[in-house]
Amino acid sequence: MELLLAITVGALYAAGFYMILRRSLVKVIIGLALLGHAAHLFLFTVGGLTRGSAPLLTGETAGRVESYADPLPQALILTAIVIGFGVQAFALVLFKRVYQTIGTDDLDQLKATDTGS
Amino acid sequence: MSSLVLSTATRYLLPVLLMFSVFLLIRGHNEPGGGFVGGLTAAAAFALFAIASGVERARQMLWFHPRTLLGTGLLFAAGAGLLAVTAGSPYMTGLWTSFEMPAVGKLGTPLVFDVGVYLVVVGMVLMIVLELAEE
Amino acid sequence: MHLIVLLPILIPLFTAAACLLLWKQPALQRVLSVTGAVAILVAGLRLLSTAAQGEIISVQLGNWPAPFGITVVADLLSSIMVAIVGMIGLAVAVYALFGIDRRRQSFGFHAFLHALLMGVCGAFLTGDLFNLYVWFEVMLIASFVLVALGGEKTQLEGAIKYVTLNLISSALFLAAVGVLYSTVGTLNMADLARSLSSADVRSVLSVAGGILLIAFGIKAAVFPLFFWLPASYHTPPAAISAVMAGLLTKVGVYAMLRIFSLLFAYDFAYVQPVFLAVAGATMVTGVLGAAAQTGFRRILSFHIISQIGYMIMGLAIFTPLALAGTVFYLVHNILAKTSLFLVAGIAQRFTGSDELRHLGGLYRERLWLTILFLVPALSLAGIPPLSGFWAKFALIRASMEAGHYLLIVVAFSVGLLTLYSMTKIWGEAFWKEKPAERPVPDKLDAREIRWMVLPSLALAAMSIILGVGAEPFFLLAYATAEQLLNPNQYINAVLGDT
Repeated sequence: MELLLAITVGALYAAGFYMILRRSLVKVIIGLALLGHAAHLFLFTVGGLTRGSAPLLTGETAGRVESYADPLPQALILTAIVIGFGVQAFALVLFKRVYQTIGTDDLDQLKATDTGS
Repeated sequence: MSSLVLSTATRYLLPVLLMFSVFLLIRGHNEPGGGFVGGLTAAAAFALFAIASGVERARQMLWFHPRTLLGTGLLFAAGAGLLAVTAGSPYMTGLWTSFEMPAVGKLGTPLVFDVGVYLVVVGMVLMIVLELAEE
Repeated sequence: MHLIVLLPILIPLFTAAACLLLWKQPALQRVLSVTGAVAILVAGLRLLSTAAQGEIISVQLGNWPAPFGITVVADLLSSIMVAIVGMIGLAVAVYALFGIDRRRQSFGFHAFLHALLMGVCGAFLTGDLFNLYVWFEVMLIASFVLVALGGEKTQLEGAIKYVTLNLISSALFLAAVGVLYSTVGTLNMADLARSLSSADVRSVLSVAGGILLIAFGIKAAVFPLFFWLPASYHTPPAAISAVMAGLLTKVGVYAMLRIFSLLFAYDFAYVQPVFLAVAGATMVTGVLGAAAQTGFRRILSFHIISQIGYMIMGLAIFTPLALAGTVFYLVHNILAKTSLFLVAGIAQRFTGSDELRHLGGLYRERLWLTILFLVPALSLAGIPPLSGFWAKFALIRASMEAGHYLLIVVAFSVGLLTLYSMTKIWGEAFWKEKPAERPVPDKLDAREIRWMVLPSLALAAMSIILGVGAEPFFLLAYATAEQLLNPNQYINAVLGDT
């Protein structure tokens, strides 16, 4: 399972960076989203995969470490997803505004701030 | 773009979805659920209404501007933490009453916090969705 | 009592929420915004006065004990930074009363300014690595909106670059958090520091350190990760670029200082060559980039980068004197930079342009503005007795003691080139005859000018005080450096004596 997830994480990172390097604004934002997912899944994988155990132990399993699943990575990912959702939604609004104001979604056209004109 | 099927369905779906969102919010007190997912459900319900009947109608039906919901939610969430300070505990400590409400369980400041989260999420999502839907 | 640590986060939170609720009453929002900023300053100074006695206050949110819950800690470094945030917040809030047009003010400028201040204060005060990520994002969302606020063409273009690179930085930060959590099993910084120094998983940790270095490097705009900064900082109105130039990159520097002095101090020799190289390259590229620019705020934007290089230099040398120099430099630079951006904003209002070729004749027309420019500009270049001199002096002396002679040469020449840039602005904007063609400037009445000048006057005065009466401030910076180099005090304050 770790191997599969590791490959997925790698693929997501690769796809994310590839998309960010594209010239189209829409593809950039898809790339940013993929990069976020890659980071979340990475956190999930390295946080340790425990199958069939619960984070809250009661009854006879109480106090036994081997049957304990760490819930913290999931909590962290959940928070990160919520934040990522907010940030990406903002970015989407921004990118839409850019498209409306400047009239292009080609990043190569957006160089007014670098040439100083 | 108006679809009779969608607008008729929305008329019945909207109250159900909103009720479900409140159910999720209250249930989140002790069980899976909570302010965030409840807020998302409510926002999705309003977004559905906006798609079916237009953004203008949705804004009218909301009563409040989404940013007002956002501000109120922030005040609720941060204020819930402050209640603990007045009781002498560190910020954000949960204070519980002994009063058991049916279907909700014990009442406490975490519920106030969750209501705040609910409002923030509804406000924030609707701000963005309505902004994107307006052409 | 412990609420004092949280006040710098809660005050802007409530101010921002209240501004959202009072959306339709811009007049009330203005009053609230300034009042809130005053309150942050008071809370920050109060926190600093406690921390200056050598006490580290920590609060466990929700009363969950330390390594499990979220910790908020105020040591000397955090308190100094929070007090400075209060000053900059107040200066910008006052400047914005007339420096930001009514349209932007009615689109929530004040709410987002305070959201930004909340994020910055949160990042300075948190004692938890994941929480630091959260505050970074809060800061980021607020600054996105501020950069794009008003929706002018160049602003939106700048915002795209800013948003994209900062989101990449956040994703990297999150990955590093994952690596650290998987190897050590905690994210509380004090707990991490304690476990890392005894852990034998150095290779994995170097990976985490490397990723964090890149993530914070993007935030702090160090070489070669700074490209978003000169592309975006000059685009929004002066008040917005002033608060961003003053505070945001410094949060990246703060994070580096905190993480590398607390978590990776045991193995600092491993990263030291990287830091030394980055510091030198950042200083040189920043100042050379500035030499090629012709816009007032564009020059200043590039100088932010070269100044960041000096701060990294102190961290790279990693002796008490060097770290004290970095802390002093942070304070000096935040004041001087914000002040310069505000002056650039006033100059733009008088002449209607930010381009040096349109400026000119300001010395004859507005002598006082010239003086307001000269103080922070000379301070930035490191002319005694202003604050920049002492900051540079400490850093150069520290690198002399540590034997990094090449870095001294770099630091000196970059100082000279900074002076060259400032002379260029001086000659073009102030000394040169008024150009024949110039865009039509805004009409300003005396009251508006007074309110816009007041904050930069106060900041310039602070820069002089910090320079002429440097001794107590420098001793404070030195105490901060010693606290940073002895993490045990921090660890004990958070985890309790164990």
